[in-house]
Amino acid sequence: MIYSLLFVFLALAFAPFLMSVINRTKAFFGGRSGPALLQPYYDLVKLLRKGAVYSRTVSWIFHTAPSVEVAAVLAALAVTPLGGIPALLAFPGDLLFLVYVLGLMRFCVVIAALDTGSAFEGMGASREVQFSALAEVALLVGLAAVAAKVHAVGLSDMCREAWAGGMFGENGVTMLLVSASLLVVLLAENSRIPVDDPNTHLELTMIHEVMILDYGGVDLALIEYAAAVKFWVLGSLLVSMALPFRGTSQIGNLAAGLGGLLVLALVVGCIESVMARLRLVRVPQLLVVAGVLSFLALFNVMR
Amino acid sequence: MQSPYDLMVILLVLLNFRLLGASQLGACVNTVAVQALLIGLLALLTPGVSWNWMTLMVVFVTLIKAVVLPALVRRAMRETGVVQEIEPFVGYTFSILIGTGMLVLSFLAVRPLQVPLDGAAQVLVPVTLFTMLTGLFLIVARRKAITQVLGFLTMENSIYLFGVAFAIQESWLVQTGVLLDVFAAVFVMGIMIHHINREFDNIDTDRLSNLRD
Amino acid sequence: MIWALILVPALAGAVSFFLKSNRLGRGLLVGTAAAHFGLVMAVWNLPRPLTTASGWLAVDAASLLFLTICSGLFLSVALYSIFYLEPSRKVPVKDYLEGFQFDNRPDAIFIGCLLLFLAAMSTVTVAQHLGVLWVAVEATTLASAPLIYHHRHHRSLEAAWKYLLICSVGISLALIGNFFLAVSTASASGREMSLMMPVLLEHAAELSPEWLKAAFLLMLVGYGTKMGLAPMHSWLPDAHSEAPSPVSALLSGALLNCAFLAILRMQTLLEAAGLGQFGRDKLIFFGLLSMGWAAMMLISQTEYKRMLAYSSVEHMGVMAVGVGVGGIAGVGAIFHSVNHSLAKAALFLVAGNILALYRSKDARNTRGLLNVLPVSGALWLAGILAIVGSPPFGLFTSELMILKGAIASGRWWVVGGYLAALGLAFAAIAWVALRMVYGQPPTPPPQPRRAREPIFSIAMPVALVVCVLILGLWVPRPLWKIINEAAAMLGGWK
Repeated sequence: MIYSLLFVFLALAFAPFLMSVINRTKAFFGGRSGPALLQPYYDLVKLLRKGAVYSRTVSWIFHTAPSVEVAAVLAALAVTPLGGIPALLAFPGDLLFLVYVLGLMRFCVVIAALDTGSAFEGMGASREVQFSALAEVALLVGLAAVAAKVHAVGLSDMCREAWAGGMFGENGVTMLLVSASLLVVLLAENSRIPVDDPNTHLELTMIHEVMILDYGGVDLALIEYAAAVKFWVLGSLLVSMALPFRGTSQIGNLAAGLGGLLVLALVVGCIESVMARLRLVRVPQLLVVAGVLSFLALFNVMR
Repeated sequence: MQSPYDLMVILLVLLNFRLLGASQLGACVNTVAVQALLIGLLALLTPGVSWNWMTLMVVFVTLIKAVVLPALVRRAMRETGVVQEIEPFVGYTFSILIGTGMLVLSFLAVRPLQVPLDGAAQVLVPVTLFTMLTGLFLIVARRKAITQVLGFLTMENSIYLFGVAFAIQESWLVQTGVLLDVFAAVFVMGIMIHHINREFDNIDTDRLSNLRD
Repeated sequence: MIWALILVPALAGAVSFFLKSNRLGRGLLVGTAAAHFGLVMAVWNLPRPLTTASGWLAVDAASLLFLTICSGLFLSVALYSIFYLEPSRKVPVKDYLEGFQFDNRPDAIFIGCLLLFLAAMSTVTVAQHLGVLWVAVEATTLASAPLIYHHRHHRSLEAAWKYLLICSVGISLALIGNFFLAVSTASASGREMSLMMPVLLEHAAELSPEWLKAAFLLMLVGYGTKMGLAPMHSWLPDAHSEAPSPVSALLSGALLNCAFLAILRMQTLLEAAGLGQFGRDKLIFFGLLSMGWAAMMLISQTEYKRMLAYSSVEHMGVMAVGVGVGGIAGVGAIFHSVNHSLAKAALFLVAGNILALYRSKDARNTRGLLNVLPVSGALWLAGILAIVGSPPFGLFTSELMILKGAIASGRWWVVGGYLAALGLAFAAIAWVALRMVYGQPPTPPPQPRRAREPIFSIAMPVALVVCVLILGLWVPRPLWKIINEAAAMLGGWK
């Protein structure tokens, strides 16, 4: 219990830090020194001190969306385990809760983007919905495969079982497939390359960034923070499935899990460095492949 | 790891999806080659295989299918100057979805069959079927003559897989059969592709549509 | 003896690739054909079953029957080819349809492939091991694809590509079927048996039924592709219409039968294993489908060679239905294969004559046969009457036997479908072909009339048509005996 609480606090504190690790990795590959490790925090503080400017066409939806997003992602964090560390709130079937709380978060972003009435934002929203509809299938089926494999329907139970050996344990093949699928889902849901480029400067090619163009100040800070926590949540799931480690003590588990998250951030940084963004028409294909991987895992278990 | 065997089987399935989703001809050729290699490895890893001249035969066939044939196909591609883009009749994403359907179908289809041999080969039957369906699908749903040859080679791979999976007693049949088929696929069809290219200036088989009722 | 049946044409084929002289090549072709036919006739006098290679190759009743058909047809085609190859030497030839120039492949390749084709077909008939059977069927595909592409132009290329691709895929399915069969043998004892027919028949009861059924289905589809059963027949009309006429005659008369023999072997095994009904139902299904499909396609057909090709599909359907119904219909089916081969080969050879003179495959441009080509016209009329199954030709008898069997089995929907398809095909073929025979010749006539039709171009069709006529009136005792023996293998006719 104490470790679960500790995990949540660590998540709240260090979620933006993971973003920074990704950026530093990319800078390393690019031969630059890159932004300071605490840059995301500086940005957040800067944004929090600014006031917001609202378009005259927006309604209350636009105003409330950022808060709801943060609330949703915090709820998701509460049911997220990390390997051997159970979630703060663990109950049977919480995997559905997690998926749909994340869905709520996305819904808020999308509907707020539509609320602005801007053509760019509508376009981004359309893409986001299209891709996440595919990614959600992959995520759900993948989690279902793990659930069927370990005979448990609670995320914490599932992760504890999977933690036993990850990709290299006796459940190897299933975990390998689910991990691969979750990695794609993670990249898609967090708008990373090869699905979306967080650093792009052209509105036409953006997906996530274009939807939050009209936000500023505190609202933007909330959204950025929520996005970072979301990465942490999905990352924790992936690490739980993939990491071949089982410590004897809880503190060891926690340390290994955090180490796994750091490695994950490094891996994402490497992927972003060596890959180009996919053409938009190819993105659904990637997500369908992720779905197929999950499906294969499920099949491997059920046959 | 469950076993390297299982992993390889999953890899085979994934390679099929790669074939269905690949948009470049070169990638397809490589995938077919890797598939052949993997199947050869599977054959050698099958429990109960003793080292004798049959092993040599497997190595020989695998080398032909994984090295010689792709080289020949690539040569044909170079000589005919074919465009790398595959130009499917059925889109890539949809192909992959159909692939999933075929996978399920093959698992369902072999349900009533009880495999009389040992359990390791159990999972290979549906995978064989799936690979075969993939090959057929490639033949039907792609436009270029070379892709049709590749689809045929994929089918061939599946047949070989089945043969080695069961370590069929009359393995001369497996080897000869596959070699004959491969001969048909590459030499005769290769010659034909050459002629088609000369005659039509490209190798899209949808140009071959003069004969119809 | 059996080895000679295979090796003589194979060696001659290999030699003929290297022959420079066309005259010598043709001599070799005819000589080998005659020698092969002589060998087959000699086999008739030997006691059966004649086995060799420790049982892998053997001549039983069905083998001998189909071997005789192949060899006889080959001999007539070889003699006909002498006439056929002669004018085609004037290279390049002008295409009659689109007016471009094309040339033929060298005679040496044509003759070599033809001989290898014969060797492969002989192997199919005498193979007792299902693996050897498979290899031989594959070999027939490889040997005959260059034959279809004898005229080097894009339509024949298209036909050859389709033939090669579709048949190769089908044959691959049959190979998987062989593997399934091997697995099914392992179910009882835990170790596999040889795929030799006698061994399999002896242990038929021990085979795993599910695997055997799956194997049968795969082989039915696989060899059925080669046999031209709908809906796997799509290569057949193209290949038959674009191939040189003698090759069409061989494909239709001999090759389709070889594939039929392969299916018969499987059906025999199924009967022995007590699953005969399963196989028969599938055969009836594919048979009726082929008949119906072909009849539909025949209705609006304007090219006479395609018409003959679809008629082949229809007759393959008739044979499949016959085997499927069983009993006297099984005997009828085997008898039918003999009749169909002779009649269809004669028709294709005559079609070659018509094509050579009119330079058109369109039935609307080839009217007035009786005026322009009196002998060929009469032969065409006789052949058409035979192929649609009118008395007194042999096909009438065999179709009647199948009908009788179907009625006796009491399955009225089979009877209905069979009669409807036959009737449709009758009307469609007669409608096209009779107008070719009696209509007004096109003005001006396509080519200056020759004083007399070359003897080789008509002798062989005459011989074949006469054979069909004789079979309709009186079946020689040894032939009838052997047909019954072959049918008895199916377990149908006691």
